[in-house]
Amino acid sequence: MYVAVKGGEAAIANAHRLLADRRRGDRSVPALRLDQIVEQLALGVDRVMSEGSLYDRELAALAVVQARGDMIEAIFLVRAYRTTLPRFGYTNPLDTGAMQVERRISATYKDLPGGQVLGPTFDYTHRLLDPELAAGAEVETPAQRPVEPEAMPRVSAILAHEGLIEADGEMPLDHVPGDITREPLQFPMARDIRLQALSRGDEGFLLALGYSTQRGYARNHPFVGEIRIGEVELELDVPELPFAVPLGAIRITECQMVNQFKGSAKAPPQFTRGYGLVFGQSERKAMAMALCDRALRAGELGEDIVAAAQDEEFVISHCDNVQATGFVEHLKLPHYVDFQAELGLVRRMRAEYEARENEDRAEEKREAAE
Amino acid sequence: MRGQEAREQAGRKALMATLAHAESDEIARLWNESGLPSEAEFLRGPETGLVTVRGRIGGGGAPFNVGEATVTRATVRLPSGKVGHSYALGRDKDKARLAAIADALWQDPARREAIETKIAAPLRAALDAARETRRVETAATKVDFFTMVRGED
Repeated sequence: MYVAVKGGEAAIANAHRLLADRRRGDRSVPALRLDQIVEQLALGVDRVMSEGSLYDRELAALAVVQARGDMIEAIFLVRAYRTTLPRFGYTNPLDTGAMQVERRISATYKDLPGGQVLGPTFDYTHRLLDPELAAGAEVETPAQRPVEPEAMPRVSAILAHEGLIEADGEMPLDHVPGDITREPLQFPMARDIRLQALSRGDEGFLLALGYSTQRGYARNHPFVGEIRIGEVELELDVPELPFAVPLGAIRITECQMVNQFKGSAKAPPQFTRGYGLVFGQSERKAMAMALCDRALRAGELGEDIVAAAQDEEFVISHCDNVQATGFVEHLKLPHYVDFQAELGLVRRMRAEYEARENEDRAEEKREAAE
Repeated sequence: MRGQEAREQAGRKALMATLAHAESDEIARLWNESGLPSEAEFLRGPETGLVTVRGRIGGGGAPFNVGEATVTRATVRLPSGKVGHSYALGRDKDKARLAAIADALWQDPARREAIETKIAAPLRAALDAARETRRVETAATKVDFFTMVRGED
């Protein structure tokens, strides 16, 4: 017999009303505007865009407010919104070499064309809390240095001509880029599909895995060949126009990780590479992505697979925080019937166990008496 | 003939790029000042959808899908019969409408000059100025290395 139980409608409605109230908080404090979040919590907005896999600052800011600053909830909201929109197509691949650079550094070459450009970075700050910021002090305008524009080729292009570094990742000519939003994950997977999954993967998860590779689990001697942040133009081929239509620009972060490689049966000694590309300004995520990308190429490069970060199925199946939170958080939903069934089972097993114990004790007594 | 067609397409594309980068309010303000007509019928949209952004492995290798972005597009027909299109990142339907009208008017040789001077040129000047400001601000954070000589030899 199955008995359906209903209830909680009023409780749920009131809980959501209470949520709205607590989200707004003290009414004597001005409500946040989306433009304030876009401008002043920009990197939080970038994270929601990157892991929500949707480039739209205002929507990401709305998600942050709606989620009361809970980033994974905000990412979930953005992912859900995406599914409501039609798809116009795939853009032409963006060209990070033509980026309007806002930051560009290399840990492998001091003097490279275009130079080391720090941009708006937390690096070299003292990580001391700033009471002046709390007091709302005026902020200086940025310094300017009027210099001639200089080309900034990707570091990988500079390294390439010595032949000691592998080329940008190629796929067979007839390979159509896979799309995890259209097809279910299948293992083993091609590198392009892995990169799509990693680009929207959880920053914390990828950071921890990247860190694990540095600590010796799939050790691979990384250097930051280059990190660049800035805006790149997007173009889309559409049937109604005889040219690729310009869509405007998005800000992205690119990381080229360079790894020493002693060679294997499959490849000679050289520098190999890991690649990171994410929406917004997010170099920690781009670096972590590049470390994981490289670790996951173990099979392709003939390395032993010995650590979690090299295990494609493990990394890719667990890097999506929306899936992860869905499965973990579903545990709090009513499982009354499942639990009743298990309770009955455990009771029976316990009774059997105790009966056995009693029997054994009785047996021991008998043996002792004999 | 070929060259002229290519130039024409380049000009049209350049206008679309400028409009895609510009703010809606700014286009509307310039439009009001220009006295250009804004009468048009929608053939499609304005509608918001997604494009999947593609990157390249290693920066220059095989393409892969990075994520999606919102895009709003519109197609309009002017009373003259000219059809114009617009596409731009974001969800701004007013901008999509004006940009599509601008594209349609631009294809009319009698209107092209007005669109170029009254709409495109001021938008381009503002965009160029903003880009230049960002560029020189970024340039001020470029590291100048110097060498310190230590010891006697």
